[in-house]
Amino acid sequence: MAGIEPDNVGTLVSPGSDVLGPGHSYGSVTDKISAIVLTRGTGNKYKVGFGVAVLLFIGLNMGITVLMAYGVGVWGINIPVGWGYAITNFVWWIGIGHAGTLISAFLLLMRQKWRTSINRFAEAMTLFAVACAGMFPLLHMGRPWLFYWLLPYPDTMGVWPQFRSPLVWDVFAVSTYATVSLLFWYVGLIPDLATLRDRATKKFKQVIYGVFALGWRGSARHWKNYEMAGLLLAGLATPLVVSVHTVVSFDFTIAVLPGWHSTIFPPYFVAGAIYSGFAMVIALAVPLRKYYGLEDFLTIRHLDNMGKIMLATGLIVAYSYVMETFMAFYSGNKFDIYMIMNRMTGPYAVIYWVLIAVNLVIPQLLWSARIRRNPLYLFLMSFSVQTGMWLERYMIIVTSLHRDFVPSSWGMFAPTRWDWIVFLGTIGFFFTLFYLFIRFLPMISIFEMRDLVHKTAEEARP
Amino acid sequence: MAEFISAEELLEASQRASEAGYRKMDAYSPFPIEGLSEAVGFYKSKLPLLVFCGGLFGCCGGFFLQWWPNVIGYPQNIGGKPWDSWPAFIPITFELTILCAALSATFGMIALNRLPSPYHPAFNVERFALASKDRFFLMIEAEDPMFDLERTRQFLNELNPREVSEVES
Repeated sequence: MAGIEPDNVGTLVSPGSDVLGPGHSYGSVTDKISAIVLTRGTGNKYKVGFGVAVLLFIGLNMGITVLMAYGVGVWGINIPVGWGYAITNFVWWIGIGHAGTLISAFLLLMRQKWRTSINRFAEAMTLFAVACAGMFPLLHMGRPWLFYWLLPYPDTMGVWPQFRSPLVWDVFAVSTYATVSLLFWYVGLIPDLATLRDRATKKFKQVIYGVFALGWRGSARHWKNYEMAGLLLAGLATPLVVSVHTVVSFDFTIAVLPGWHSTIFPPYFVAGAIYSGFAMVIALAVPLRKYYGLEDFLTIRHLDNMGKIMLATGLIVAYSYVMETFMAFYSGNKFDIYMIMNRMTGPYAVIYWVLIAVNLVIPQLLWSARIRRNPLYLFLMSFSVQTGMWLERYMIIVTSLHRDFVPSSWGMFAPTRWDWIVFLGTIGFFFTLFYLFIRFLPMISIFEMRDLVHKTAEEARP
Repeated sequence: MAEFISAEELLEASQRASEAGYRKMDAYSPFPIEGLSEAVGFYKSKLPLLVFCGGLFGCCGGFFLQWWPNVIGYPQNIGGKPWDSWPAFIPITFELTILCAALSATFGMIALNRLPSPYHPAFNVERFALASKDRFFLMIEAEDPMFDLERTRQFLNELNPREVSEVES
């Protein structure tokens, strides 16, 4: 690339559409996105944000060290509330991941063109969220270095994991999800890595990007196999997304505890996952688009569509809340009725009512197109939803565990400072990874944007 | 190797080269173009078959992985349930099906594309770096039975390209 003069003879320029700003050509989208990685460097805002994320990440390391040294007693968990922050955070994080796979897989199968500019960083978000999620069950075990006991391997005692246990299903579901997300993300990156390889001016960068690009040339045969692989991976990832959160909900619903033992859990959890996931995509998209000047690629239409999906999944979640309450009374089961009354009026009633406010009432504002099309409002809304979804998992876990069938076994749960440090630490870990990602890899899929330029130009042709 | 500035030109050029009798050729583009692989004589990807086999392997393997210890290797009586209470094995079977199929899709794609291949003659052409940006290339290989340096160059020139260059191997 170094010696080639840029020329724009006969370049195709797209008139744009509602998902792509006007006046873009293959070259301009390539240059704009690859420049963020190759030439722009880091500004002060990047440095401050990255610094804060790293500080929190250091906190996580500290929290884990203390946990290893003293055991899970440093957390607030006790008997009867054996599942505290760790499982709340696990379910919350893994839920956040779901939107990324949904955007890159499901919307691909549905041929939604607007997914193009959000799918790459949404997928990265998935990967990092799953990394954060995966940490919690391991840490919660108390002796994380023995995690391999959950895997089916021929140990000397001939003992196998209990394959009928949802916790073992979880191991398979989450590790499969992490692996498939990684593969999907990497396969999507290959042609863009080749672009970076050809555009990089420093030898070191050329070699690094070149190694990961595997010698990609964009030959017609390559593309044919490549598109087939993308389609197949999307087809595999779509049911996987649904299955993972279904399996996570089985952790609860297979138990006989009031508040957990419910058949509505799988769809309710999946909808909630997508809900919080899209909230996270919005929380990332709004600042990215502002600081990197990507308004042409991440248009108002994108925000509007994501707002609509949030509204739809939020309504499914709201329906589930209503149904949970209704079923408790309809069944006449006194333990279920007590559980619901305890949630609404018991010691954790504040959590319940804040949850209803931030997760159910406030998101109704999304019915208004003005709110959906305003980046700032949407950004604030996404925080409301994420808080709501976290509280929902907290409520499900703590209020169900702390009072079960026999009053003599009742107890209370209160988080300790280490609960908070580990939780906030994973947020730092997530953003540390995300900051590195936007610095070293293209955050928008370049080759798919070129495809979009081609298609929008073709559509506009009379 | 001929360079073009639009996807449509490349597609047309590939079709004309194919009609002229050239068989060993390849087209390069910065994004997938519908019908281009057919134009250069590559019709069917073997990938779906491979992924199906991978998925089948994962499905059977996953089920056997659970069935064998529960029924033969280490049977345990839990709540009076039958040993091969197979519905409980479905989630893991499903996950392993997806896992093996996805692994075969990824590595199958890489293998069928003969990657990783850090060296390829096409990279010797300086302007080929633009194939990952906004230019389209058609390359006719010297192994083609119809290949003749002068005549092929002339043929490519007739296609109205932006530039024709010789690829050193």
